[in-house]
Amino acid sequence: MTEAFEPVIIGFTCNWCSYRAADLAGTARVKYAPNVRLIRLMCSGRLDPTFVLKALASGADGVMITGCHPGECHYLEQNYKAMRRYHLLKRMLAQMGVEPGRVKLVWASAAEGVRLAGEITKLVEEVRALGPLNWPTAGVAAALPAKPAALEVPA
Amino acid sequence: MTANGKPKFAMYWAAACGGCEIAVLNIHEKILDVDANFDVVFWPVAMDAKYKDVEAMPDQSITLCLFNGAIRNSENRHIAELLRRKSKILVAFGSCACEGGFPALSNLTTREETLRTAFSTVSTDNPQNLRPQPNYTVPEGELDIPHMYSVVRPLDQAVPVDYYMPGCPPESEQIAAVVELVIKALKGEATLPAAGSVIGAGHSTVCDECTRTRNEKKITGFTRIQDFRPDPALCLLEQGILCNGPATRNGCTARCPMAGVPCVGCYGPTDGARDFGGRLMSAVASVIDSTDPQEIERILDQIPDPVGSFYHTNLAGSLLQASKPTWEEDQHAAHHD
Repeated sequence: MTEAFEPVIIGFTCNWCSYRAADLAGTARVKYAPNVRLIRLMCSGRLDPTFVLKALASGADGVMITGCHPGECHYLEQNYKAMRRYHLLKRMLAQMGVEPGRVKLVWASAAEGVRLAGEITKLVEEVRALGPLNWPTAGVAAALPAKPAALEVPA
Repeated sequence: MTANGKPKFAMYWAAACGGCEIAVLNIHEKILDVDANFDVVFWPVAMDAKYKDVEAMPDQSITLCLFNGAIRNSENRHIAELLRRKSKILVAFGSCACEGGFPALSNLTTREETLRTAFSTVSTDNPQNLRPQPNYTVPEGELDIPHMYSVVRPLDQAVPVDYYMPGCPPESEQIAAVVELVIKALKGEATLPAAGSVIGAGHSTVCDECTRTRNEKKITGFTRIQDFRPDPALCLLEQGILCNGPATRNGCTARCPMAGVPCVGCYGPTDGARDFGGRLMSAVASVIDSTDPQEIERILDQIPDPVGSFYHTNLAGSLLQASKPTWEEDQHAAHHD
């Protein structure tokens, strides 16, 4: 009756390294958990914390943020910004009662396909142990209400 | 009074402090225009009227209803639904109606914990530990008081809303301008904005209106205005004061930061931004001047209450809306109701 819980993980990848690492894992036929849905960004610095919040609010059980190793960013230092945002976001999520293990930051170069695959499998097992998140806004949050632009009324 | 042919005006406060009402009265002599152009039919803070009077009105008979305050209890919801039915234009007025406002910070804790803080802590003189009872029998009959919810919600999570007018409270100049616009629209001299719009506010950010000097930001630590004497001309955020200006919609003429007090973000997210705190965290974290995880953690230790700081007036309107324990209590209650 009840199906076994399969965690849904949203993975944000950087065009220049971690996405290529995932690509490499694929072409090298490395096996990893199929629970992750990868989304390619140009850089981990593009990751607005809103993306993570939207993923969790829309039904994801965990989020993986990946980027180039520190010092190796294609855009010089944007991955440091991703790192700072991640540290702040974790604090905010802890206050909201979201288990810290659900959101993870992983650095992976374009050559680290095997490592990235291993990290994905590891996170899936960790989130599986935590159980489903089931945030009650799922469905509502997915359909973002687009508010029309503000009307400036000259005071 | 009802036969004078004027369009009808109503204003209601749900879970709010009353500041929005004061802001409306602060439009000074323009309030006479409101009276000259509208028939004020319901405004609990300013005149005597009973809920049954509103219930007796025909549907859609109130032309303009400014609804301030969040949905905290069953009475708030009941009146929101009632006024939605009776009003042509329903405006979510002020931060609480738009995004939950300050009352929504109680979405971080359970209803039980909120009641305990209000009735059973040392600062409350309540030796018998009395709590409000939903039903109570007195010689005159049975008394019911509204049921308090676990999750505080903005108005648009209870009923459809025509316009949003943010601010804690909305600036009086903006209120006056909006009232003028509605009056003109009723006379056919102006057109109302598209339904669902944010009115009485700008398209940009508070920083855009703030005249403090801005340089490239590099923050090595966070502090508060009571702990030192901030430079009166330099950007507050650059001085390590958590100012919410970068993510906040303009429209307030940057009153707070210009007076040396950090912006709390009461005008809510800007055009296109869905989650206020998400955008603000993005902006603030990116200018922390460190590449070392341990040092970043040390700097972030100086923000003792991240949700309270980044979602000061926006928690109920954010993507997550409430904390996990609050949601769990809410769902448990829904099961038993």
